Amino acid sequence: MLLDENKSQSGSQGWQPKIIAFFCNWCTYTAADLAGVSRIKHAPNARVIRVMCSGRVDPQFILDSFAKGADGVLVGGCHPGDCHYQEGNYKCLRRFQLFKRVVESFGINKDRLRLEWISASEGDKVRLVINDMVAKVKALGPLSLPKKFSEWDKEMNIIEEKIAGKEEAVHA
Amino acid sequence: MSKTTGNTRTGFYICHCGTNIAGTVDVEKVVDYVSKLPNVVVAKHYKYMCSDPGQEMIQKDIRDQNLNRLVVAACSPFLHERTFRNVASQAGLNQFFFQMVNTREQNAWVHLDALASTEKAIDLARSAIFRVAFHKPLEQKKVPIHPGVLVVGGGIAGIHASLTLANAGKKVFLVEREPTIGGHMAMFDKTFPTLDCAACILTPKMSSVKNHPNITMWTYSEIESVDGYVGNFKVNVKKKPRYIIEDLCVGCLDCIDACVYKEPRFFDEFNQGLSKRKPVYIPFPQATPQLVVIDPETCIDFKSNKCKKTCVDVCERKAIDLNQQPEHKEIEVGTIIVATGFKPFDASGVPYYGYGVYPNVYTALEVERLINASGPTSGEVVMRDGSRPEKIAIIHCVGSRDKNTNLWCSRVCCLYSLKLAHLLKEHTHADIYNFYIDIRTPGKMMEEFYYRMAEEGTKFIRGRVADIYPDLTDEVHRRLIVKAEDTLISEIIKVPVDMVVLSTGLEPRADANDVRRMFNITCSTEGFFIERHPKLAPVNTFTDGIFLAGCCQGPKDIPDTVAQAGAAAAEALALIDSGFIELEPNTAFVVEVDCSGCKSCVPLCPYSAISYQEDKKKAYINEALCKGCGTCVASCPSGSIKQNLFEDEEIYSEIDGILNYTNIYEVSECC
Repeated sequence: MLLDENKSQSGSQGWQPKIIAFFCNWCTYTAADLAGVSRIKHAPNARVIRVMCSGRVDPQFILDSFAKGADGVLVGGCHPGDCHYQEGNYKCLRRFQLFKRVVESFGINKDRLRLEWISASEGDKVRLVINDMVAKVKALGPLSLPKKFSEWDKEMNIIEEKIAGKEEAVHA
Repeated sequence: MSKTTGNTRTGFYICHCGTNIAGTVDVEKVVDYVSKLPNVVVAKHYKYMCSDPGQEMIQKDIRDQNLNRLVVAACSPFLHERTFRNVASQAGLNQFFFQMVNTREQNAWVHLDALASTEKAIDLARSAIFRVAFHKPLEQKKVPIHPGVLVVGGGIAGIHASLTLANAGKKVFLVEREPTIGGHMAMFDKTFPTLDCAACILTPKMSSVKNHPNITMWTYSEIESVDGYVGNFKVNVKKKPRYIIEDLCVGCLDCIDACVYKEPRFFDEFNQGLSKRKPVYIPFPQATPQLVVIDPETCIDFKSNKCKKTCVDVCERKAIDLNQQPEHKEIEVGTIIVATGFKPFDASGVPYYGYGVYPNVYTALEVERLINASGPTSGEVVMRDGSRPEKIAIIHCVGSRDKNTNLWCSRVCCLYSLKLAHLLKEHTHADIYNFYIDIRTPGKMMEEFYYRMAEEGTKFIRGRVADIYPDLTDEVHRRLIVKAEDTLISEIIKVPVDMVVLSTGLEPRADANDVRRMFNITCSTEGFFIERHPKLAPVNTFTDGIFLAGCCQGPKDIPDTVAQAGAAAAEALALIDSGFIELEPNTAFVVEVDCSGCKSCVPLCPYSAISYQEDKKKAYINEALCKGCGTCVASCPSGSIKQNLFEDEEIYSEIDGILNYTNIYEVSECC
């Protein structure tokens, strides 16, 4: 079963996607501040979590975000060669390439996970990236994994009960 | 998920920032929501949280309500994180029991929809409240500051910063790429608006630098690498061979006369190519240090090895060493001032102005040399074709305020154009036409200067020049036609002139990107280095201990450059004299019981801070070397590496908070 299947769009009336954004302190977080200072308006759907370096972004953070209800995850770091810590962004990229395939294999659409290099001077790129990602995630609809998980749990419980009932009948 | 520490009592404060935040975010609604969250004891909003009454209110609450966690939703942590950490510590709370929510730069200022903006503020407030429960009391690490300072660039900014620091008794290393210090200012004739001669105010400072006991000046040298961190930088400097033994040369210049080239015939960089020099030369008469240089690109001996070496023979002190090798120096400094200056816009980048095609089209810097008494023509304005101009056009904004070249205003061109108009008139009595878009003369005495120049009879035409081409109808004068729209009368006008001066703008140095990477600082898309905060930290960079001065940060005139250089020196002094700096405690550490000794973290650290302890079979992180990126933390398969301030629990709780994923959170609280 694909995690990203939306059987009906009916529950998504007036729905706004929530995107968790892990931004590195030195480039992308600063760029998001610059966007603010320059009053560059963009979609209000991203929630930024500041980390010192994109290399700090543990793939589990991303999985955890999806599992707890994020509709998209954005990771922002310094451009290759510009990392404040020399090569943390490269370590992030290496991990990300592999991890993206894992996420896709779970059936989560690849547009829900994105890695971008945004330097401290690229306030406008923050706008472009967030707006573009929000548009793409909106088109996909809600991911709402917590809801799906609880539904599957219920189905599993029913199945387990049925099996248990049959076993009891056999023993009887 | 682990438990939070003790009985959490959180205070939440959201700032209106006047109307900056409250104009978009419904602060009352945020407070209303937050006050119902678990662990929140106080939730308040206030007009200016960073003001004294705001700070006092928080401190009073911390004491009276026995708060042990603090969350402030206000501007970016880059601006006031330190302010509110101080608030916490002054009220007796460990300063790291604090979390800031960026509600201005990354919320109110960038969203129009008040509802969505308020919802975002609530999400992030909840996230911070969840997170702060997991914060731990931390101590900042104190590291001593090495008192030495490195100043990169020997223009007026570097000179002024060096002298300020040296006068305060600090050891300064001044590194300059060119054979002499002085920078662009040494090339200018006079300075606006006072019209005092640039050399008269600069050269005494240059010789003070040379003679100052606290300054080590290395010209013709470049920085090769920078390692370390604030207070403890290790810098490698390469001294390029000038083929002169510096200690022996007395600057008699006999070698220049003796050179086998009887006449100078190579491009003279200092005079912008308006004159020629020999392979052995001194950039200009007041060059500091007073040492000749041999240019291996043009010297016959380097090319063919068949020169008679008359220069070597003539030098009584045997100061010429044609086999000199580059010298490498390693120095230790605590702070660095980057003052690498600018590059004038290359006028051939606007082809329709004909620079490089028509000999009588000049750049402003060339004219500075032309009218300079010690310049190639001894101050006579004689053009490349040998004639003297009777009509001169000065074209403003060449390579500035133009989408095709550079968008920014270079700030100095209007005023130096006015100055050149005055000086050219003084030297030639010619008719002068200024073609401008706007005249921009901010600053003390500047507008007055503009009026004075206008009264002198300089003509001002408001319009961007569209084309410059030769006047083929007038065989006698062979003038150039300057074609522009005079936007004040809405007419295309064509002005025949003898000489065109292009007021070229200021650009970042071509290698700004390399410099930026070497010093681990940031630069804008254009290439000017970025200051930590445009208003409150204009000379700081995002890297502690590295400061900016002069035009490498953005175009500016000499008074502003000197002021900024003084400010950079003062910031460096403040660091040095405090003796130590407190570092963010965001270093990583290994929880040894959990470490399986897999060694996967060891090669990840770019600072070699992680080692493997063979006896214990565990990894070990040297806190002094760790810079706190957290890459090893993310990679540890057993989760045994933790990063202070960015522990896994703290980030997971932030995710929980944003997504309002409370059910698990509450379970973890009770079990």
